[in-house]
Amino acid sequence: MSAVTTKKRRSAWPRILRRGLLENIATVVIGLGFLMLFQPFAITLYTWSFVTMLAGTVMFIVVSKFPE
Amino acid sequence: MQDLPAGKPVVTDTHPSLLDRTMEAAARATPEPLANTVRGLSDRMVAWLFIAPTILLLLAINIFPLIWAIQLSFTNYRANRPNEVVKNIGLQNYERILTDTDTWIAMQTTAHFVFWTILLQTLIGFTLAYLIDRKFRGHAFWTTIILVPMMLSPAVVGNFWRFLYEPQIGLFTYIVSFFTGIATTDILMLSNVKLAPWSIIIVDTWMWTPYVMLICLAGLRSIPDYIYEAAEVDRASNWRQFWSITLPMALPFIMLAVLFRGIENFKMFDMVNLLTGGGPGSTTEVASITLKREAFEKWRTGFSSAFAIILFVAVFGLANIYVKVLNRVKSR
Repeated sequence: MSAVTTKKRRSAWPRILRRGLLENIATVVIGLGFLMLFQPFAITLYTWSFVTMLAGTVMFIVVSKFPE
Repeated sequence: MQDLPAGKPVVTDTHPSLLDRTMEAAARATPEPLANTVRGLSDRMVAWLFIAPTILLLLAINIFPLIWAIQLSFTNYRANRPNEVVKNIGLQNYERILTDTDTWIAMQTTAHFVFWTILLQTLIGFTLAYLIDRKFRGHAFWTTIILVPMMLSPAVVGNFWRFLYEPQIGLFTYIVSFFTGIATTDILMLSNVKLAPWSIIIVDTWMWTPYVMLICLAGLRSIPDYIYEAAEVDRASNWRQFWSITLPMALPFIMLAVLFRGIENFKMFDMVNLLTGGGPGSTTEVASITLKREAFEKWRTGFSSAFAIILFVAVFGLANIYVKVLNRVKSR
C-alpha cells in the first residue's frame, strides 16, 4: 500500500493579519472609544474618544476584507 | 415553440402556470425595439438595470447629504445667513465640540439614559421571555398584549404619556399617589429635575421591553430540548440548567437586543422632544436634542454638522459590532 501524502496549500497571507483576530481588536478599539465618549471622569478621554472610535471603525472596515 | 403573429416566441405548455402566462403577457406587451435591446444585454447588465434606481435614490438621499455634511463640518456656515461668506476653518468645529463641557454633559445624559433603559429592558424583557416560553395556558394571548406598546408610534406614546404624567389629571401620578400617599400635585414627573430623566426612562422601557422580549424569546426557542433532557438525566437542578444551558445559549440573542437598543437609544430624539424638550433646564438634554438646538435654534450649521459626524461615527462603529454579533448568531 502506497502512502499518499497530500500537501495542504498554505496561504501566503501572514497569520498575524488574519481577519478574526484583527476584527476583534477593531471591535475593542470601537468599544473603548465609545466608553471614552460617555465616561464622566476625564475630559481628556472625551477629547480623544472620537479619534479612537474613528480609528477603530476604519480598521474594522479594512480588516473585514482580509481572508479568514 | 410556436411563433406569434408579431414573431415573438411563446412558452407552450399543456397547463401553463400563472408565472408562464404573466411572462407571456409581458413578452407580448414589450415593444419590439425595446425587446431587441434587452435581448442583447448580459445578465449582469440586466441586474444593474434593476438595482440602479435604488442605488440612485440612496446616493441622492443618504450619501450626498452625508458628504455635504462632512464638507460643512469644516466650515463656519450658518443656514440662516446664506449670503455670508463661508470660511474653511479646518478642524476647529471638532476641536470645540470635543473640548466643550456642555457637550460632554449632554453625552453623559445620553449615557445615563442609554444605560438605564438597556438594563431595565434587558432584565424585564428576558424575564418576560422566560415566562412566556413556559407555554402556559393563554400564553399566545399574553404575548400579543405585551407586544402592543411596541407597535405604537413614538409620537403618540410621547403625547399620551404627557397626559399620564399630568399632576392634576394623570393616571400615573394618581396611582403613585395612591400607593405612596404623596399628594398628586407634588409628583411633577416632567418638571422635577430629579424625576424628569426617569420619566423618559420609564416610557422608553414601557415601549421597547416587548422588542427585547421578542428577541430573547427567539433565543430561548432556539435551544434544543435534548440538551435539557440530558441535563435532567444528569440530575441538574433548574437553577443549574438556567446558568449552564439557558443563559449561555441565549446570550448572543441578548447581546443582539442590547446592541440594537443601544444604537436606537443613542440617537433617541422624538420621545425626549415630546416629553420634556430637553428640560427642565438641560437635565434631559441628550445628544440629539443638543444637535437640534445647535442646528435649528442657534443656526450653527457647520458646528452641528461636525457634531452629527461625531455621532454618526459612534453609531456606525456600534453598527459594525452589531453586524458581527448578528453573523455569529446566524452561524449558530
